[in-house]
Amino acid sequence: MASMRDIKRRRASIQSTEQITKAMKLVSTVKLQKSKAKAEESAEYFHLMYDTICSILRRSGNIEHKYLKAGDSKKKAVIAITSNRGLAGGYNNNIIRMIMGSEELPAEDTYVYAIGRKGRDGLARKNYEIKADYSEVINEPMYQDAADITAELLDLFTKGEIGEIYLAYTFFKNTVTHIPKLVKLLPVETDMSQDSPDQGNLLMNYEPNEDEVLNAIVPKYMSSLIYGGLLEAVASENGARMTAMDSATNNAEEMIDKLSLQYNRARQGAITQELTEIIAGANAIG
Amino acid sequence: MAELFQLQIITPDKKFYKGEAQMVELITTEGQIGVYARHIPLTAVVAPGVLRIHEKEGVKEAALMSGFLQVMPDQVTIMAEVAEWPEEIDANRAKEAKTRAERRLQSHDAELDVSRAELALKRALVRLEVGK
Repeated sequence: MASMRDIKRRRASIQSTEQITKAMKLVSTVKLQKSKAKAEESAEYFHLMYDTICSILRRSGNIEHKYLKAGDSKKKAVIAITSNRGLAGGYNNNIIRMIMGSEELPAEDTYVYAIGRKGRDGLARKNYEIKADYSEVINEPMYQDAADITAELLDLFTKGEIGEIYLAYTFFKNTVTHIPKLVKLLPVETDMSQDSPDQGNLLMNYEPNEDEVLNAIVPKYMSSLIYGGLLEAVASENGARMTAMDSATNNAEEMIDKLSLQYNRARQGAITQELTEIIAGANAIG
Repeated sequence: MAELFQLQIITPDKKFYKGEAQMVELITTEGQIGVYARHIPLTAVVAPGVLRIHEKEGVKEAALMSGFLQVMPDQVTIMAEVAEWPEEIDANRAKEAKTRAERRLQSHDAELDVSRAELALKRALVRLEVGK
């Protein structure tokens, strides 16, 4: 059995760890509330944008447009949104694993546009080529950041250097459920099955014309998806960290309880032993 | 009395405006338009300009920078990337931006992205007009 001093030292160290995890949990709870509110406010733009794109594509039938068909290049780009900091449970690993596991994104044909250092390092280790790193964006995502990334990727897509663009982010379903998601940004693919009946028959007019409107809207659509993804990811990150820190705190508490018990037993044992020794000594003299 | 229609203006960060309007005026890439209720369905791209919302009680102004709008007979949705009410505009910053853009345009630099500089100038002018 470990000595009393050892147990005491161990317990103190776990106690200070618990304090840290508790503080981190509180911090991420506050951050989670903020980022959740932000994500919810932007969700509307995000959904309306998606609906609009769907309805435009549905109504205009089979139009030919450069953003609607895959480029000739077999290279693919993926925007991987992870966090800059660890201690968030499986949050970062889930994204990395999802990218590695997807058939569309083999390591040799994929360029990674990393947002978040953890994902960048993790994917670099798995032999993915990191084309660009926007890790500072994740600290305070702004719409302009998403627009800049969109502009750069669209430029490459138009030049034919990449054929498809994906977005990997963590969808914030609720505080405890976060789902890693892989979304195809370009070529634009929409769910044609769900027809909205009330608007189905209206004939939409486009000014100046469909082509120009799509030219203008698709970049906005992409930036809005990226921006929405960023906000969702930040909320998920804080949620994941909160859960991870909560269970770490619970584990620490459990360990402290166990060690306290051990410590008290050892203390009692020491006292009993001392008493036995004294009594034995007194007996020997008497 | 003009008929009312539902108007929503949404930016990535928040719902900018939602209400009933008689008419909405704005500038698209094709020119200035004013939309009343029962307009034909239309999708157009927004150019930087002043947005005027004609409500029952009066006219509201805002600066609208980019985005697109979707017009339906009974509702109009403007998906704005950037939209600002007069009180949100920093006049000094807009003035600075205007000077900067003008200087860029006059520099005759071969590498100058003229359309971008013109857009920046346009944005600054719209902000100044709405902000005053």
